[in-house]
Amino acid sequence: MSNLIQLSSDTSNGKATIVENSWICVKLPIAQVEERKQAGKIVLFKLTGEKTVSEEQVAGTTIPTTGNIMLPLAVFIARKSELQARINQGEVGIWIDTHETLKHLIEVQADLNTLPIIAVHVERFADGRIFSLGTLLRTRYGYKNELRAIGDVLRDQLFFLKRSGFTSYMIRADRSATEAIASLEDFTTPYQGAVDEPRPVFQRYNRAAK
Amino acid sequence: MYKYDEIDQQIVDERVTQYRDQTRRFLAGELTDEEFRPLRLQNGLYIQRHAPMLRIAVPYGMLSSKQLHKLADITAKYDKGYGHFSTRQNIQLNWPKLEEVPNILAELASVEMHAIQTSGNCIRNITTDQFAGVAPDEVVDPRAMAEIMRQWSTFHPEFALLPRKFKIAVSGTKYDRAVVQMHDIGMEFYKDATNQIAIKVWVGGGLGRTPILGSVIRENLPWQHALTYCEAIIRVYNLHGRRDNAFKARIKILVKALGIEEFKRQVESEWAHLKDTPNTITEAELERVSHYFENMPYAQLPANNASFDAAISNNPAFAAWVKRCVHPHKKPGYRALTLSLKPHGKAPGDATTEQLNVVADLAETYSFGELRVSHEQNLILADVKLSDLFAVWEKARAAGLATPNIGLLTDIICCPGGDFCSLANAKSIPIAEAIQMQFDNLDYLHDIGELELNISGCMNACGHHHVGHIGILGVDKDGSEWYQVSIGGKQGNDASLGSVIGPSFSADEMPAVVQKLIDVFLQERTPEERFIDTVRRLGVAPFKAHVYGDKTDKIGEVA
Repeated sequence: MSNLIQLSSDTSNGKATIVENSWICVKLPIAQVEERKQAGKIVLFKLTGEKTVSEEQVAGTTIPTTGNIMLPLAVFIARKSELQARINQGEVGIWIDTHETLKHLIEVQADLNTLPIIAVHVERFADGRIFSLGTLLRTRYGYKNELRAIGDVLRDQLFFLKRSGFTSYMIRADRSATEAIASLEDFTTPYQGAVDEPRPVFQRYNRAAK
Repeated sequence: MYKYDEIDQQIVDERVTQYRDQTRRFLAGELTDEEFRPLRLQNGLYIQRHAPMLRIAVPYGMLSSKQLHKLADITAKYDKGYGHFSTRQNIQLNWPKLEEVPNILAELASVEMHAIQTSGNCIRNITTDQFAGVAPDEVVDPRAMAEIMRQWSTFHPEFALLPRKFKIAVSGTKYDRAVVQMHDIGMEFYKDATNQIAIKVWVGGGLGRTPILGSVIRENLPWQHALTYCEAIIRVYNLHGRRDNAFKARIKILVKALGIEEFKRQVESEWAHLKDTPNTITEAELERVSHYFENMPYAQLPANNASFDAAISNNPAFAAWVKRCVHPHKKPGYRALTLSLKPHGKAPGDATTEQLNVVADLAETYSFGELRVSHEQNLILADVKLSDLFAVWEKARAAGLATPNIGLLTDIICCPGGDFCSLANAKSIPIAEAIQMQFDNLDYLHDIGELELNISGCMNACGHHHVGHIGILGVDKDGSEWYQVSIGGKQGNDASLGSVIGPSFSADEMPAVVQKLIDVFLQERTPEERFIDTVRRLGVAPFKAHVYGDKTDKIGEVA
């Protein structure tokens, strides 16, 4: 059974369903990563802007020759020209890590809406950069197509992901998407404006003081 | 004070439902410890040494009598008959059961209260001046803006999981009582040349391991932009804060690393996109929320009251209490007063179930049914008639709430420390109690005059030791508890961070060490000087010399 939750594209009802995944997530070849420590503890989060992908990895990435593919950001940037025909066909999306910045993506791909899907990979659920990345993609760069959360995606962050502009959620494999789907509706009337509803509560309701 | 409408009520009710299910899943083994941790923390629940600790939000320190009665009930029903008021104007329970927390939250929701974002890596309770709305030196009552910011920060999706905790304080007075310079964001509201509310914004202040006073990032920000400007600051922080090292993850480290100019440039370029987006506060919203903080229905009273004057001259104990615990009020014939939660020899900031009920009744009878919590961990009745002060004093005194020590050495700010907190390196409450007993002579205490003594059990600095005139920090050396002493810290407009006087001391030595600091002060002071003034004039050296003078031999022996 699929573990992918997708919001209905019909924004008026906003209902979510479990759907089959039609995108192949292309992985980088595994590289030897040295364990780092800070203040005696193993570093769990990569620094924003930290270069973590080598040229060898980019060159060595096996790109499936057919089907819908989501490429690592570094591979997309470096090998865009060899994929131009497939990009034009709408077969190519990308995925980015939470420590990556959107700057290089915008430089090579000014119109993000050429991409049918952008996924943000969250290595650890507690990494809240994913929310700012989603917000920026939607509000700063005008991205309108599917925005997917992948990686350590858990039920209790779904509400925030939805509000930050994510429209699909690949729930971590060992958890139930069927159960998780309920948490998209944890709160009925949130206070502040965000991506899914830009108007704060005071712009939506007459809250005259009693 | 602010009253919930259906929208506010629905949010806290839905939170109870959500958290009840999260707790159920945790107990059923469907959530790991690591997965449950941020969820429970963002509901104020710590796992402590003996039991969980639940921190309940008291937004900007405001409580009603009804809420306080409910808190009293909760301390009796779910805890051991007392609660602890914290330096973030919140109240903490030390002995709740993890599985009962959803029920506690449901009880809180019934009186428009919650524990949302009282811990965890998110925007915390927004604090302000405990005399907001009644202080004679107030320019702008900060509570309406604080409430608007509370709503905005509640479950803000973009800032749900920040690199580290994030604390905001606001103030609207000439003399800052909300310590805005030691917060991640501090805001001072004032009136600009056109009589509109404007904001001076500080960023990157904080205590903890790396104490830094905030830097000014913006002056003259029109009030409408308070939320979007905060969003710009926190977005830069969320994306670029040091997530690789918890000790360097606060915004102050980022601001310091980039320098305030570069940080400001990044914030301003973010804000260029956020300015005038829908989270911009409207006139109508400010007006709606301000309506809840309008003046109380004050009586027209003369500035003086004969029975009060008579009680002052006939009763020295009452006079001493008035001198320390009663504060000016903007309306003639009214006063604000502080009920001391610092009786000598008891844990600072603790109040029993009975005391909570007494205070709730006092507020109901004498102060329009409202009260405040101060960041100095005392309770405030803000609107008491001069003619009622004697009656309030008698009742407060009978309940052990009238120690006349506000602003004096024994009005100690103190974190729960090693007796309760699993982060602490050392106990703090017994040190506070021992110092209070060392100075348990009210005449002597009044002679020493204004002195702020702050104690933290670890460098997380919940006891604000860096800004104590005398600051005490518990440290761990080879598994035993030691105490480092600093002097010269201060909160307020002329805030400063204290300097460490030298090697640390054992718990037993602490009362005598403080005594020696006081001895130097009493010998060197000019007639009008407070302890902090003398320290600033003379520097650390004479204090250090007297404290360590007869200790050098002992150090030599050990070596």
